[in-house]
Amino acid sequence: MPLKMIVLIKQVPDTKNITAKAMNDDGTVNRSALPSIFNPEDLNALEMALTLRDAHGGHITVVCMGPPNAAEQLREALMRGADDVAFLTDRAYAVADTLATAYAITCAIRKIGDADLVFAGRQAIDGDTAQVGPQVAGALGVPQVTYVAEILDVAPDHIRARRLIDGGYEVVDVRLPALLTVVDEANEPRSRVAKRMMHYKRARTAMEVRDVIAQQLDPEKGKPDPELLAQHCAEPLADLERQGLLIPVWGPADIDADIEQCGKKGSPTQVKNINFVTLVAGEHKNVEPTKDGVDALVHELIEDHTLD
Amino acid sequence: MPDRTGGVFVFAEQDGGTIADVSLELLSKGRELADSLGQHLAAILLGHQLDAQPAQLIACGCDVVFVADDPRLAIYTTLPYARVVCDLLEAQKPDVVLFGASASGRDLGPRVASRLRTGLTADCTSLEIGDHTDPVRKTEYKNLLYQIRPAFGGNIIATIVTPNHKPQMATVREGVMRLPEPDPTRTGTVVPVDVALDDEAELVKILERVKAERTVNLKGAKVVVAGGAGVGSSEGFELVRELAHTLGGEVGASRAAVDAGYIARDHQVGQTGTTVRPKLYIAAGISGSVQHRAGMVESSKILAINTDPNAPIFSFAHYGIVGDLFEVIPMMIDTYKHK
Repeated sequence: MPLKMIVLIKQVPDTKNITAKAMNDDGTVNRSALPSIFNPEDLNALEMALTLRDAHGGHITVVCMGPPNAAEQLREALMRGADDVAFLTDRAYAVADTLATAYAITCAIRKIGDADLVFAGRQAIDGDTAQVGPQVAGALGVPQVTYVAEILDVAPDHIRARRLIDGGYEVVDVRLPALLTVVDEANEPRSRVAKRMMHYKRARTAMEVRDVIAQQLDPEKGKPDPELLAQHCAEPLADLERQGLLIPVWGPADIDADIEQCGKKGSPTQVKNINFVTLVAGEHKNVEPTKDGVDALVHELIEDHTLD
Repeated sequence: MPDRTGGVFVFAEQDGGTIADVSLELLSKGRELADSLGQHLAAILLGHQLDAQPAQLIACGCDVVFVADDPRLAIYTTLPYARVVCDLLEAQKPDVVLFGASASGRDLGPRVASRLRTGLTADCTSLEIGDHTDPVRKTEYKNLLYQIRPAFGGNIIATIVTPNHKPQMATVREGVMRLPEPDPTRTGTVVPVDVALDDEAELVKILERVKAERTVNLKGAKVVVAGGAGVGSSEGFELVRELAHTLGGEVGASRAAVDAGYIARDHQVGQTGTTVRPKLYIAAGISGSVQHRAGMVESSKILAINTDPNAPIFSFAHYGIVGDLFEVIPMMIDTYKHK
């Protein structure tokens, strides 16, 4: 029986590829120098939804909350097979902790309505909290199954899944609607579909269209007369919409979200301060990578009972 | 009966009657925090046919143990546990609630924080009590919980606070805090908690549960030999294993090595892995990020082997070898075998 599914995704900096180029002199990472990628476990979540759609039919909407350039990941989701997408991008959502993030996402899910299953990756590689999935489930008031590695069976009102626990696994039946967080062990995400790539690489948000046309109309400052800009954008936007290539952008008003519960305002946690750990060259003993050097080291460690 | 508002609460995770180490570790930190705040330390214990556990929790520092004993709580499931914990926290109004960052803790903590609409900071490496001034409104707050953890972005340690919401919640990984010394002469109160559920126990059913004995014991190891991205492959880890085995130690890994698939996550050392304090920590091909350092910096002796002389690990290692681990490790094995 066809499943209405929502997949939550996040754009993250590529934390696994922090090269010297991306490092500032003070030891911090220059985030803007890091490539932005689709959060890896969200790819696994999308793959799980795609696999279920292959088997049972249904519809997949991918939802992303992020800065304007995260539109790139929504294009990616469409290229990989999502039926449609919704983009939560607005200053009001920015600097949100997990609770405020979960709030906005939950409002979007409610607006989309009637989902049987919501999927999310277990955690994002920048925050690593694994909190947004369970907090969305909590705000929606639906059961959650975290660390899902496999879907074993699908029935009209429940699904059976295998989830990982510390040192093992459980097989559970969960009543629908439910939210699942998916681990990377679950599957190998399929590649983008070539035909979809050709089509969806042209998908744009209205802002992206306006920015390009504004630049064309006013190459120096990119700030043409607003009416002129609107006139020039009308046809391209209508055209994209006709082709299913206009990425919907939802601000708080579009999803009936209370802005006091979004973004920084809606975040109970705050960063009090950050300290840069300046790692000064410590008093370490340099050991030569030679037989003699290693011999001396091992014997020293045995002498002082570090090694038995 | 202690003062019934405020307090530092620790969720005491149990499985088959055994209380998880991480929960006991949180009790020792919880005791310090409670003493700083002049408040009581309580444990929240859910399960079925519980017997000696409340006494154990009191011996480990609790003034109060809230016990919810019910067949529907025999095995951890999200909704019944969240319901009972939230009802209790709403009634007791603690200042601070701590969870171990185990699979269950990471499933339950955020669900509880969501219902209570409060803040939760994951994987804290340190917890302290201190004051805070709001930078914009200049409001002053006293005795907040400092939730301290390495943050993404290089060598950054962030201090996070939850000034306007209660309880202040945090999760902490196993091994970060110390296990307490149980004192059986300590006294405390056991408070039974009524379990009121609607359909929470009906929505998720566990059909099968398989749990293997832990095969990797990083926390108890006297020697840890850890490999990083520099090991380059899972075959490369054979050499790391051989050295660990030769020295009577355990195999560890950096997150980069685990993410690259060279070795299972059980072996990960660091902020999001296990925290270790062995007599000797050998870091082979590990650059030494702040997140990794958080998990091993208290080792008695640290030996770093890396081809990059500028690797951050050299700045906090006791011994540094700028060299190729594939040459150096065989030499170490050879020397030790012929000692």
